[in-house]
Amino acid sequence: MTGEIPAAVSCRGLTKRFTGNGGVLAVAALDLDVPAGSVFGLLGPNGAGKTTTLRLITGLARPTAGVVSIDGRPVSASTDQGLAARRGIGVLDQDPRYYGWMSGRELVELAGRLQGLAASEARARAMETLGLVGLADAAGRRVAGYSGGMRQRLGIAQALVARPRLLILDEPVSSLDPEGRRDLLVLIAELRASATVLFSTHVLADIERICDRVGILDHGRLVTEGPLDDLLARFALPLYRLDPEPGQDAAVETLTATLRGTPWVDGVRSHEGRLVVSVSDERAASAGLLPIVVAAGVRLAVFERVRPSLEDVFLRLVGSENGGEAVA
Amino acid sequence: MSGGSILFRKELLESWRTMRLPIVAGLFLLVGLSSPLLAKFLPEIVKAAAGDQLVGVVVPTPVPADAADQLWKNLAQFGAFAAIVLAMGAVATERDRGTAAFILSKSVSRGAFIVAKVAAIGGVLAVCTTLAVVVGWVYTAILFEPLPVGGWIAMAILAWLGLAAWAALTFLGSTVTGSAAAAAGLGFGALLVLSIASAIPNLGRFLPGGLAGPAIALAAGVPVEASDVVTPVIATSVLIAVALGVSVWSFRRQEL
Repeated sequence: MTGEIPAAVSCRGLTKRFTGNGGVLAVAALDLDVPAGSVFGLLGPNGAGKTTTLRLITGLARPTAGVVSIDGRPVSASTDQGLAARRGIGVLDQDPRYYGWMSGRELVELAGRLQGLAASEARARAMETLGLVGLADAAGRRVAGYSGGMRQRLGIAQALVARPRLLILDEPVSSLDPEGRRDLLVLIAELRASATVLFSTHVLADIERICDRVGILDHGRLVTEGPLDDLLARFALPLYRLDPEPGQDAAVETLTATLRGTPWVDGVRSHEGRLVVSVSDERAASAGLLPIVVAAGVRLAVFERVRPSLEDVFLRLVGSENGGEAVA
Repeated sequence: MSGGSILFRKELLESWRTMRLPIVAGLFLLVGLSSPLLAKFLPEIVKAAAGDQLVGVVVPTPVPADAADQLWKNLAQFGAFAAIVLAMGAVATERDRGTAAFILSKSVSRGAFIVAKVAAIGGVLAVCTTLAVVVGWVYTAILFEPLPVGGWIAMAILAWLGLAAWAALTFLGSTVTGSAAAAAGLGFGALLVLSIASAIPNLGRFLPGGLAGPAIALAAGVPVEASDVVTPVIATSVLIAVALGVSVWSFRRQEL
């Protein structure tokens, strides 16, 4: 339970160790609650354990230890309770694969039937959902002829067709063009009223745009979890942006080294010639940062204090080992 | 089982759309057509091919029972080949392509997934075996004389059971190994080993090969002891049930 809101998904001590390859620990003693009605973003760099976690939640993988429950019912591959837990869940895989010999409409209909819809209802909902994801014109075409982006849209349609109370999406926008990505994010945001959405991504902007809560995974461990604003308040340090005038590479390098040696500077990131300085003592920074810049002889085009973003939180918590790879 | 009937219909539709059913039906049709023809004209063909080398050798005159015997032999070879091909990728290919994960993320039990596939393979084999036996009976009636319909129905059922055994063993390989090639190897290996073992006195009647004798006799209108039919039927049914039971047990424990 999270506050007064019941958990749609609950993981307790969830652990997954793959045999072979030295026994890789993909998920380590994960305790996680996804509150009902929330849009929950599972964030992490590549290999953090996001996909494995989602596969454990959907019952496609078996945990080495720990339990997953959906609406209080334990998830397992074959028990009646496991089946009941999976009823009313829409799932989209990271790399969706479907029957190429079926048409898009047939595939979405099949998904609806397997989720308990009557034949006529499944047929009607299939067309409605395909229209929603922009595939109405291709509904009669064989899936084998669909592009990667179309398959992703089809995957979203089959996940949505039974109007699930829980939607689990693994990297749902990874193959979509910008327009498709925008449309899907709007769609997910609109589902907030009727369903719980748990989705994984390594795209921070998507999380910031639609999520109520965020969980950050790294090396199979939950680094932190909570409402987005809370995370920003707890982990985001004050930031200053410094844009040096061009042609001062040596001086900027000296300035960077000096800043890194300053006690109240938590970190300095350099990106496209711009410096982003995070500070642990705001008062000391406001008084001492500019004098350091002046002493280094660096001329600035821009000097401003900026609002920390999820990217800054993410990089602070896991980014040092991943070199910002996860930031899109 | 949850979702079983929906998946069964999907499997049959897949068999049709991917041409598996038409191709196997065509093969069985050919078997049904060619077997009585071969039984009728093989002696003539042998005589024509051997010429003077057959002097002193009596080539028997073909009789209607030869057609039933030839049909059984052809089904046991080509039919078994088709059964193994139908079952080899049943689970392995779906796991490999990721489509099993699509189905099993829904409210579908793993048992239902397996049973639907097995039922569909059994259904395809039943349709095709019926086709071969019906065509074989008609051609036998044209080329020789009509044989007892009841005996040919019995032969069809026993032939189907034998083919289902090879399909079940291959299906087990497909489920346990997750490789279509390994499953085919297991199916053909089982076919070879159990066919050889069928020649061992007192053992053959407990193997699928033990179905041959009573099936051919019944088709030819020759009475057989009930135990000669019941023993191999029960033994083969148990073999199929064990193979499928282990398949379900194994699949429930697998990662997708």
